Amino acid sequence: MSLQSRIFASSQRGRATHPLLWTLAAILVVVLGVFAYIAFGPGPMDFASGKHVTLADYKGVNPTGVPKELQSASPIEKGEYLTRAADCMVCHTAKEGTPFAGGRAFVLPFGTLYSTNITADPETGIGHYSDQDFLDALHKGIGKNHTKLYPAMPYASYTYMSDGDALAIKAYLFSLKPVQAAAPANTLSFPFNQRALMSLWAAFFNPDRRFEPNAERGDEWNRGAYLVEAMEHCGECHTPRNLMFALNNRKKFAGEIQAGWRAYNISSDKGSGVGAWSDADLLHYLSIGHADGRGTAAGPMGEAVDGSLSHLQASDVAAMVTYLRSVAPVATSEIPAVNATPASATFADAKSADVRGKQVYEGACAGCHGWSGISPVLPFASLTGTRGVNDPKATNVAQIIIRGAQRHSMDESVSMPDFGTTYTDAEIASVANYVTGRFGAQGSSLTADNVAKLRAAD
Amino acid sequence: MSTTFTLNGQATTLEGDDAMPLLWAIRELAGLHGTKFGCGMALCGACTVHLDGQAVRSCVTPLASVAGRAVTTIEGLSSKQAKAVQAAWIDVQVPQCGYCQSGQIMSATALLEKNPAPTDADIDGAMSGNICRCATYNRIRAAIHTAATAAKA
Amino acid sequence: MSIAIFDKSKTSRRDFLKASTGLSAIALTIGFSWTGPSRRALGAPAEASFMPNAFVRIGSDNSVTVISKHVELGQGAYTGIATVLAEELDADWAQVRVESAPADAKRYNNLAFGTMQGTGGSSAMSNSWVQLREAGAKARAMLCAAAAHEWHVPASEISVEKGVLTHAASNRRASFGALVKTAATLPMPEKVELKDPKSFKLIGTRPPRVDVPSKCDGTALFTIDVVQPGMLVALLMRPPRFGGQVKSFDDSAAAKVPGVVKVVQVSRGVAVIAKTFWSAKVGRDALKVEWDESKAEMRGSAQMMAQYRELAGKPAASARNDGNAAEALTKAARRVAAEYEFPYLAHAPMEPMDAVVKLTAESCDIWTGDQFQTIDQMNAAQVAGLKPPQVNIHTLLAGGSFGRRANAYSDFIVEAVSIAKAHGADGTPIKLQWTREDDIRGGLYRPMYFHKIEAGLDANGKLTAWRQVIVGQSILAGTPLAAMMKNGIDPTSVEGAATLSYDIPNISVDLATTESKVPVLWWRVVGSSHTTFAVESFIDEMAHAAGKDPYAFRRDMLAHSPRMKAVLDLAAEKAGWNSAPLQKGRGRGIAVTEAFNSYVAQVAEVTVDEKGEIRVDRVVCAVDCGTAINPDIIKAQMEGGIGFGASAALYGAISLKDGHVEQSNFNDYRVLRMNEMPKVEVYIVPSSEPPTGVGEPGVAPVGPAIANAVFAATGKRHYQFPFAKGGAA
Ligand code: FES
Ligand code: FES
Repeated sequence: MSLQSRIFASSQRGRATHPLLWTLAAILVVVLGVFAYIAFGPGPMDFASGKHVTLADYKGVNPTGVPKELQSASPIEKGEYLTRAADCMVCHTAKEGTPFAGGRAFVLPFGTLYSTNITADPETGIGHYSDQDFLDALHKGIGKNHTKLYPAMPYASYTYMSDGDALAIKAYLFSLKPVQAAAPANTLSFPFNQRALMSLWAAFFNPDRRFEPNAERGDEWNRGAYLVEAMEHCGECHTPRNLMFALNNRKKFAGEIQAGWRAYNISSDKGSGVGAWSDADLLHYLSIGHADGRGTAAGPMGEAVDGSLSHLQASDVAAMVTYLRSVAPVATSEIPAVNATPASATFADAKSADVRGKQVYEGACAGCHGWSGISPVLPFASLTGTRGVNDPKATNVAQIIIRGAQRHSMDESVSMPDFGTTYTDAEIASVANYVTGRFGAQGSSLTADNVAKLRAAD
Repeated sequence: MSTTFTLNGQATTLEGDDAMPLLWAIRELAGLHGTKFGCGMALCGACTVHLDGQAVRSCVTPLASVAGRAVTTIEGLSSKQAKAVQAAWIDVQVPQCGYCQSGQIMSATALLEKNPAPTDADIDGAMSGNICRCATYNRIRAAIHTAATAAKA
Repeated sequence: MSIAIFDKSKTSRRDFLKASTGLSAIALTIGFSWTGPSRRALGAPAEASFMPNAFVRIGSDNSVTVISKHVELGQGAYTGIATVLAEELDADWAQVRVESAPADAKRYNNLAFGTMQGTGGSSAMSNSWVQLREAGAKARAMLCAAAAHEWHVPASEISVEKGVLTHAASNRRASFGALVKTAATLPMPEKVELKDPKSFKLIGTRPPRVDVPSKCDGTALFTIDVVQPGMLVALLMRPPRFGGQVKSFDDSAAAKVPGVVKVVQVSRGVAVIAKTFWSAKVGRDALKVEWDESKAEMRGSAQMMAQYRELAGKPAASARNDGNAAEALTKAARRVAAEYEFPYLAHAPMEPMDAVVKLTAESCDIWTGDQFQTIDQMNAAQVAGLKPPQVNIHTLLAGGSFGRRANAYSDFIVEAVSIAKAHGADGTPIKLQWTREDDIRGGLYRPMYFHKIEAGLDANGKLTAWRQVIVGQSILAGTPLAAMMKNGIDPTSVEGAATLSYDIPNISVDLATTESKVPVLWWRVVGSSHTTFAVESFIDEMAHAAGKDPYAFRRDMLAHSPRMKAVLDLAAEKAGWNSAPLQKGRGRGIAVTEAFNSYVAQVAEVTVDEKGEIRVDRVVCAVDCGTAINPDIIKAQMEGGIGFGASAALYGAISLKDGHVEQSNFNDYRVLRMNEMPKVEVYIVPSSEPPTGVGEPGVAPVGPAIANAVFAATGKRHYQFPFAKGGAA
């Protein structure tokens, strides 16, 4: 081969190669950038300016533990209160199952997860967990013999829980009757069935830090922060997730679809969040799952109120409200407008009303919800002004029609029958569209297929 | 645990669990049996009474929630429309087993008190929460139209 | 009763009502209500009275009280019975009231049931037609004799009209009441002339129903309204799976509920006895019961249906075999086959089951909307450890039944008696009240059935062969009524198919009887509730296969059934069958049947929207039930039957999953509502034949008529109930 030809050839190669390298490099940079952006995003409390100090160095009232009202309670009672506050039971109890015995299914986009038995049974439960094992599970997402837990277990939130509180919870769980109950095997698809990958996830997305009070905020704010973030783990449902299934705190509390239900925007945005709610609204909603003109919690939030929030001391709920109010507003578009004006009390409708939907509403719904949307029977059944009927996707309206609601933290327990088994997907879509059209700012246009999908999600 | 309200025009105080549905308070505490139990879930209308003039399902209305309000049962119907409805019911011979009919009449009366000349669609709207297993629906519709005409006269 | 009720108003005042001005008003309402029309149904003997026979009592106050041996379930029995008797008595309708007969099989047996007292099979009028006419005529004859005796004139010269006897010649008149004393002393005539139907004054007219006024002001007395001094209310927790048994129970929480008096175990479960329904309900909710389900039904209905489908391919018992269907099928020019699936159905009468029982060591009083007095008396006596005559049944108005209350197990009555017994049989009145959930999950359903039909047409499109196999549970097997079964065939499983009226040379109908722990029962129109659907939709399919008009195709095969043909013609004519076809998306369907010796044809018009939603717009119904005693009640029964049948066809289904009933209340056991009720037109064939049933026959043809109309509208056939669940081919 002649010199020229070699030069030619090499320059040929050169011309071919360099752009390729550059592209690869560029892509790599972008990927790393995106990843870094995701992985090193803000933590749940970073929105609040101010210097964080260790619990030990914090001058104010210790924000962890039980509220002052319970200082004199027995260790087990304290543990029970904290277990309530961390809302362990709802997830660790199967439908009609024994509390804490696990087996509740979580249908995820990539398969079904079953919650574990956290009673003290040595074989199927956590009876053989040492204190350290328990702390590792709550703080690091590492189970006994190093099984890596899925982040469906909100350890990225529980990691902020103090050791003392975590162990008080353990003590309480161990005080209960152990139950023999092995959870069904998870049905996750590859690569999600590779638990090892979870340690990678944890490495990036679990801060593995205990709660550090903000020295420049008051005691109430800090107590609220601890309850909301470390215990109640509100963000796990209400904060959108990123590509890596981790919380995206740049949009903290902006709302997300969880288990087929819409977890609403609870940031302090006036339009799309709870910024316009009065303190009383928030207090009521958190303590009984209902606020007049705002709505009644059902589905997962109903469970959170019945199982956890409604058991908190008033002082703790007030602290949570203080903290929630301080969260930065994030405007979102899911619910463009909220109509707070009742519909006409007669059954007259705009021409466009869904005829079949109206027929179902007449027969099965009007008796309780009335024609105006203000229930003649029970405030809990009023629809006017709620975010549900103003959601143009009618997600929660359809869900509650399908599954009904059973709530028991009001003075008397309140329930709505589930109509999922008798009405067809098309009928449920129709009545949901009718309800949003009649009472909401902007009607929905659900189809039978949408309803079928909502049925499937759980 | 005691609730004071107006029952068929009379001040009444009933001693009962706050969560006890108005239906059972009316039937078992006040001893008025015209209001019937059919489902206990606001699905059939047999228990329909008027709460401040509006037709409601007493089986899901907690006794405590009617404190200070006015409840009318079939025994207390007195309005011109109510009388017209009851007369029309007899004239058209609506009832079969009759068990649902107190509720039907309460719903129909509430309708006519608000809407003197209901269309068939209005009637569907007001009445389809009232189940009749004997399927007297067509006669109910006819009787409501008859009553509407009579009440206007 | 009225006394007891009045006591209740006092009790309720004493126990519950705070002194308030409302008090007296409430008391008055109650006090007065019992002098209201509801008394008619209950009857209150006038001081002096004349009772010529078991069916009528005439008071000095001119009241004519007809004693009804049949329960008023809404079907109009009280009025029909009173009409027939008052006709021959020439009473004035205004003086007629009705009282229900006590349980007494000797005097009040249903002549269609032999020696048993009871209501069912749409037989109330047919079995008592002659009996009541004679009772009325004899009473009339005795009143005439009494007048003749007092006026010294020949009885033959005395005329009776509207409750007044007149001797024209001597211009003397007397009301019934004035003659009761004398009449009571006279002998009962052996034989009497019955009226010539031409001179009927009440029969064939529209005397208003005796029970309607009390059903329009809330005074009608149903079981749920019965109050006895010191009465307690019981709710029973039953096994979650049929065939389950109580293993153990924990009543610590239930016992703490205010108002709960006692928690007792009985054979069918654990009962919470309390001062009020609400306490009993809260108590039952707090009850924890462990069940032994080793003998319970664990299958799901889908699984059972799959087994039925298999059985349909195996040899079964023959219910009918004309000619040789198998061979004729092989010869047929064209063969068509279809399979039909029918779910369990609950009756869901508007009044959930209930009964009040007062049990002592010597006697048992039962207040309920009783439909099978003799059997209930026997079953109650057995549980109570008494003799049947010691059981007094007070039959009250029933808030619907549709077959539910007529069951050989006396289920809810036996429950109530066993609870009263467990409470100590101390004479404390106890009301057992079912909730709607108890009712929907309580079993005694219309059985689930599978039908397979294959038929053959000859070259000219004539039906030459028909082979039908029916698979399902027997209603009669294992009950005292099993005697009605002949060589393994439960007639209630095959009626309407084995009795096929069409002229088809080769017919075979086989029955495979299945078993399950799920208790089953007749449901309005019994066998025809499924057989007529299968037969009449398949006949329609065959008509299309033969390229013939469904109406003409049927008509051609009814040469030997003139009455059936007549109703078919009448319905087709009134519906404008041959008039212009309906516009796109709409269709007409026809069906005809014979049930309980009545003939009914119906034409349904439906609209099917683009979403496939079926709306039944109109049903035209022609019925031949012999002599039309009260045309308006016949019309009402057809309207009601059409609504009831359409409800099941469109929405009705009870399904099981692992032995658990999936439905619980009207939210998931959907029934027809006002806005879903079709317009109904009823035409009655004039007839002087004896009256036949009207309570049930109207239910049978509506399902297939709708299905055939849907086919006409869409070209799509339904082979499964209910249509709304999309049971499409
Ligand atoms: S009993 Fe209240 S609606 Fe059925
Ligand atoms: S008349 Fe029987 S339920 Fe309506």
